[in-house]
Amino acid sequence: MNGDLMAEVQPMIPALRRYARGLLRDPAAADDAVQDCLERVVANWHRRRDGNPRPWVFTILHNVAVTQMRQRARRGIAVPVEDAAGALATRPTQEDGLAQHDILAALALLPDDQRSVLLLISVEDMSYAEASRVLGVPMGTVMSRLSRGRERLRAILNERGIGTPANRPRPNLRSIP
Amino acid sequence: MTRRPITDDELHADIDGQLDDARRAEVAAYLAAHPDLAARMQDYAAQRGALRAALDPVADEPLPSRLNLAHIARPAASARGAWLRNLAAALALVSLGGIGGWALHPSPAADGIAALAREAADSFAVYSPDLIQPVEMRADDLDALRAWSGAHMPQPPEIPDLAPAGFRLMGGRIVPTSHGAGLMVMYDDDRGIRLVMLTRPMAGDHGQRMVPNTQGDVAGWSWTAAGMGYSLVGPLDPDRLHPIADEVRRQVALAS
Repeated sequence: MNGDLMAEVQPMIPALRRYARGLLRDPAAADDAVQDCLERVVANWHRRRDGNPRPWVFTILHNVAVTQMRQRARRGIAVPVEDAAGALATRPTQEDGLAQHDILAALALLPDDQRSVLLLISVEDMSYAEASRVLGVPMGTVMSRLSRGRERLRAILNERGIGTPANRPRPNLRSIP
Repeated sequence: MTRRPITDDELHADIDGQLDDARRAEVAAYLAAHPDLAARMQDYAAQRGALRAALDPVADEPLPSRLNLAHIARPAASARGAWLRNLAAALALVSLGGIGGWALHPSPAADGIAALAREAADSFAVYSPDLIQPVEMRADDLDALRAWSGAHMPQPPEIPDLAPAGFRLMGGRIVPTSHGAGLMVMYDDDRGIRLVMLTRPMAGDHGQRMVPNTQGDVAGWSWTAAGMGYSLVGPLDPDRLHPIADEVRRQVALAS
């Protein structure tokens, strides 16, 4: 049976936006990338491989986003994100989790390739094999980026005295060195 | 109980729920005995939860109109409107040509091939700009496409391979023609240029040599062989399309 473009891709769009937002942070830039991706998906729909089109669609989005990040780096355009320092200075208000700004600001400090692996696996719930397809790298590379990315994120959060709820359940009582 | 050593990959797989139950129990036992490692893994699991909590609301936001898939596919539809107006003009010319041809040479062969060329141009005009489902069965379902066309036609038509000319088979569909079911197959190249070939039975029309039927920017070449008509249509210069049509004819002749 032929997959139907509308039925298969329309339900994926919220997740595509979520991935682009995690990767690019700026909401308008992220939606630009998703729009660019969808145009390519529509134009190339007949070229997709059989089976689940999700990794194929995410590959297109990932490549569009990577191109955008490279252009941004080349042109030296400042990313219009919220003031990261201010966000980090804000105390977590929820006892049961990191403040959203803290985790996203810390994530933004990771290299692009580690950030994309963390997002695909932690947020988009992809298997390691799917992430390897999306990123076009071997499984071993996915695993080492995941491992390095998680450790680096942990180091950034600890360095900034934010920690994670697992070992710092009450951030307002933490000791400051 | 023999234990395989726990790997770093498995510790991550445990966090990501990608480990089977038996191995999960072994990892849990190992972590119970290594509190430092367990604390690190808890941090990683908390990161996972925090990332989801921070980004999940994005997926709940209402979709901006520019990300509506139906809107993205629509520009092609309006382009098709312009196309159809051109096509209507082209068809008027074709009919005039047909009548003129009939008046000069009252040969059923000429009329038959003109009808075939018109039907191929119709299929090209309707299906080639389609971005959503230009073909009903895709090339990776070639056997099914052959079986489908074989069920509708006296014999399963040959589906030529145009890769040497730089055109990949996209797939095809059954289309209605004035002589019953026809098979339309579509090809494209790396620049996205699409060609359409239509084949269908001919009524008492054998051995018609290849004739051009170019309208505007769309070229076509049509011929008959062994009771079947063939027409190849595409937005190419007629001189560029001609060798590709020759290749189709050669492959069909080889197969029969």
